[in-house]
Amino acid sequence: MHETATGGSALLTGLGAAAFYLVCAVTIGSSLAVAFWRNAVYSAFALVGTFLGVAGIYVFLAADFLAVLQLMIYVGGILVLMLFAIMLTSKIAESHRAPRSVGAWAAGSLCAGLLAILVLLAVETPWKVSPAREAEPLTGAIGEALLTRYLLPFEVASVVLLAALVGAVVIARGVRWRREEP
Amino acid sequence: MSLASVGLEHFLVFSAALFAIGVYCVAARRNAVVMLMGVEMILNAANVNLVAFARCTTGAIDGTIFAVFGIVLAAAEAAVALAIVLALFRHMGTIDTADTRQMKG
Repeated sequence: MHETATGGSALLTGLGAAAFYLVCAVTIGSSLAVAFWRNAVYSAFALVGTFLGVAGIYVFLAADFLAVLQLMIYVGGILVLMLFAIMLTSKIAESHRAPRSVGAWAAGSLCAGLLAILVLLAVETPWKVSPAREAEPLTGAIGEALLTRYLLPFEVASVVLLAALVGAVVIARGVRWRREEP
Repeated sequence: MSLASVGLEHFLVFSAALFAIGVYCVAARRNAVVMLMGVEMILNAANVNLVAFARCTTGAIDGTIFAVFGIVLAAAEAAVALAIVLALFRHMGTIDTADTRQMKG
């Protein structure tokens, strides 16, 4: 449709494109498994495939630092956290019940409509793409930008992480603020 | 959008699919942890979009920096939300969102 606009800007061709489609298929397939498997533990394990696939997509986008970050934070951190939460909260009896609410068909059609609109938007909009550039290592540039132009958001992010850490501990431990007299 | 050469649109279509599946997880599933997984998928899709635009349009570092902050906020969100799930389980005995209809402590 827009071959004239994107002609010289292809990021991947040939074998690279085939690898891209493979990673896409793995990612979308495992995220569908997350959405439709009844058991939450299976969903968590399928989420590994989704996160790894997104890390692969970052590699295709020449964002090496983000790919490593994705592996370390999502696969190494968030996923383990989710598995702990599932194992601490799930009951065996729950798996016999319907995993989806009554409005599953409504939600499904809503998401299908959303997907159609987004795909149409992505394909039909004449994006102003620039010609493909050489891939450069990003880590040094990110570090420099974080400590110069984005120093304030960087510091605020550390405060946010600290607040989230303290808040998570307080909420999960169930601290009672009004001390009851014996 | 041709199939042989992968460009910006392919990444956008991919992230749109990931986003839609994430929205389905949030909207249709009843397990609170699986709903959180849907939120993580949505954030991942947004990050892929940011990086794809950064790579294909200006080439500036800003889009990648935004994705880094997105990952940081996703980590903070996951920690707090899973703590809330644990508190919910302690109070209600379930994390099924169809059964937790009251917000009293």
